[in-house]
Amino acid sequence: MPDARTLLEKVWAEHVVVPETADTPAVLYIDLHLIHEVTTPQAFALLRERGLAVRRPDLTLATMDHSTPTTPAASFRDLAVVGEGAANQIRQMEENCRDFGIELYGFGSEQRGIVHVIGPELGASQPGKTIVCGDSHTSTHGAFGALAFGIGTTEVGHVLATQCLLQRKPKSLAVDVGGRLAPGVTAKDVILAIIGKIGVDGGTGHVIEYRGNAIRTLDMEGRMTICNMSIEAGARAGLIGPDETTFEFLAGRPRVPCGEAWDEALRRWRGLCSDEAAQFDRTVTIDASVLQPMVTFGTNPGMVVGVNDPVPEANDASFRKALDYMKVTPGKPMSENAVDVVFVGSCTNGRLSDLEQAAGILRGRKVADGVRMLVVPGSQQVKRRAEELGLHRVFIEAGAEWRESGCSMCLGMNGDTVASGQLSVSTSNRNFEGRQGIGARTVLASPATAAASAVMGRVADPRNLT
Amino acid sequence: MDALTTLRSRTVVLPIRDIDTDQIIPARFLTTTTRDGLGAALFHDLRFDKDGSERAEFPLNDPASRNCDILVAGNNFGCGSSREHAPWALLDYGFRAVISTEFADIFQNNSLKNGLLPIIVDIDTHAWLCANPGAELRVDVVASQLTLPDGRIVEYPIDAFARYCLTQGIDQLGYLRNQADAIARFEETRPWKP
Repeated sequence: MPDARTLLEKVWAEHVVVPETADTPAVLYIDLHLIHEVTTPQAFALLRERGLAVRRPDLTLATMDHSTPTTPAASFRDLAVVGEGAANQIRQMEENCRDFGIELYGFGSEQRGIVHVIGPELGASQPGKTIVCGDSHTSTHGAFGALAFGIGTTEVGHVLATQCLLQRKPKSLAVDVGGRLAPGVTAKDVILAIIGKIGVDGGTGHVIEYRGNAIRTLDMEGRMTICNMSIEAGARAGLIGPDETTFEFLAGRPRVPCGEAWDEALRRWRGLCSDEAAQFDRTVTIDASVLQPMVTFGTNPGMVVGVNDPVPEANDASFRKALDYMKVTPGKPMSENAVDVVFVGSCTNGRLSDLEQAAGILRGRKVADGVRMLVVPGSQQVKRRAEELGLHRVFIEAGAEWRESGCSMCLGMNGDTVASGQLSVSTSNRNFEGRQGIGARTVLASPATAAASAVMGRVADPRNLT
Repeated sequence: MDALTTLRSRTVVLPIRDIDTDQIIPARFLTTTTRDGLGAALFHDLRFDKDGSERAEFPLNDPASRNCDILVAGNNFGCGSSREHAPWALLDYGFRAVISTEFADIFQNNSLKNGLLPIIVDIDTHAWLCANPGAELRVDVVASQLTLPDGRIVEYPIDAFARYCLTQGIDQLGYLRNQADAIARFEETRPWKP
């Protein structure tokens, strides 16, 4: 069937303003531009310099998350911003949004939160849209069947000024995840296993479409966790074809069409799937039923093992450098390593179901002596919902810190950092050298594994604590 | 953006793979609101000790490596975050080209938009470059060719449009703005509105 198309091809074709040629990339229309305080100041400066307006402020959604404080406060306005640079960035964001007519979910907004958490919460992330943001984890929104990818600040300026980007069509990679997940194994473990299999550059130049039974049975939050880390495999974006789970999640959200427009959107969205005979440039298959909780042992998200499996022997200089930095022993499982800090949060695992997963382990238990545990909701909405469910009390009673929303310790640019030499079990997305603080050693894991590690004081299998 | 047509420089070699943008410029330096002065933060935690002194063993700190325009790095350079501060820092430090066997997509995009040339070479050429730090190279950007000290010419792949913009010193926003009519037409005629 020559007309069979992938989901990527369908979404791509609907957004081509000017087709690509050998000499020029395509002009691609962007339906939703998410912006935050860290990667936009220089783009707005360019607009001011050239006397340009924002073409579609109505398709632009702004929040502040990266350099914002998460320390508990009576109100957002009382939050103490760490450092003059961060304070200046936040002021500029407010000023830029005001001057260019962009709605800002800033301090004081009940909907503020991590950009990749609030987009879906507001129902702004929808099937078939093109979505970009000056942030590599924009791939998160692909969970809705949107083509969503991270861009640099120059491109942020392009989208602000023209609502378009110059792009070459990426290649397609199908990742088929068959089988059923065993109890205690989560979406985070699946994506860590996928990155471990294809490598941190396994998806370079490609958009990954996640398929198969194990993906279909995940809820939207699990699917977001999967798509979120597509970039950690080097992929431009991650995609999951929308289905009833997607539509159910979106129904009734503030930015989703209602009435007849909803019915019409649904009709369109139901056609957004890869045709059965569609050809992918590459295909990778994973059996989900054999997976166990996964943890990273090195300094990139592809250096991953089952929580009970031995750390592999170093086979080259880069690998050895990573093991030296992490101070882990080849041949021994990660559970041998004592934990100093546990972080539950981020655009990867800062949603309500993630907090429920962690609370499920912590309920009636205590964070081990000497371990600092930080729980940072992905958005103020997640925070309120968690508090309605009493999850905050579980965390506080266990001895963890309950914070305001933000990116926080995922990248440590707001003052929430891990001290040099300390080992952190983190539900975030990157275990790069120094990511969580100078000399910090990061082990990526699911919220359940992170919570179990907090209780045990060492990297731990959550299945032993259920 | 300054036009880049030719380069002639010795290389400095960082033979580590998967160097991510957090290593190129750590997140704590991203609270800036300008593009200026980021060279001081380039590879900060690899280049400097906690007390701010230079780490002698880091290749960029070798006196023979100062003023090199070309960085040779391991496979998958620039992975991770989309921060454009990474190419800004490399450029501000003085680099005009990075050679590797592969670049992360967003980093490559960001580099080309700022006049930093990503050069992708085959494994053998890369191995030779890693084994011969300080080699004097010539780059002909118009021809997409690299000339090694022994005269051997290595062609490298680059997107035709990116090369055109690079060699003419054109920034792509002007090109996009010239598509205004097509963009307006698209907005009016598309079957559904976001």
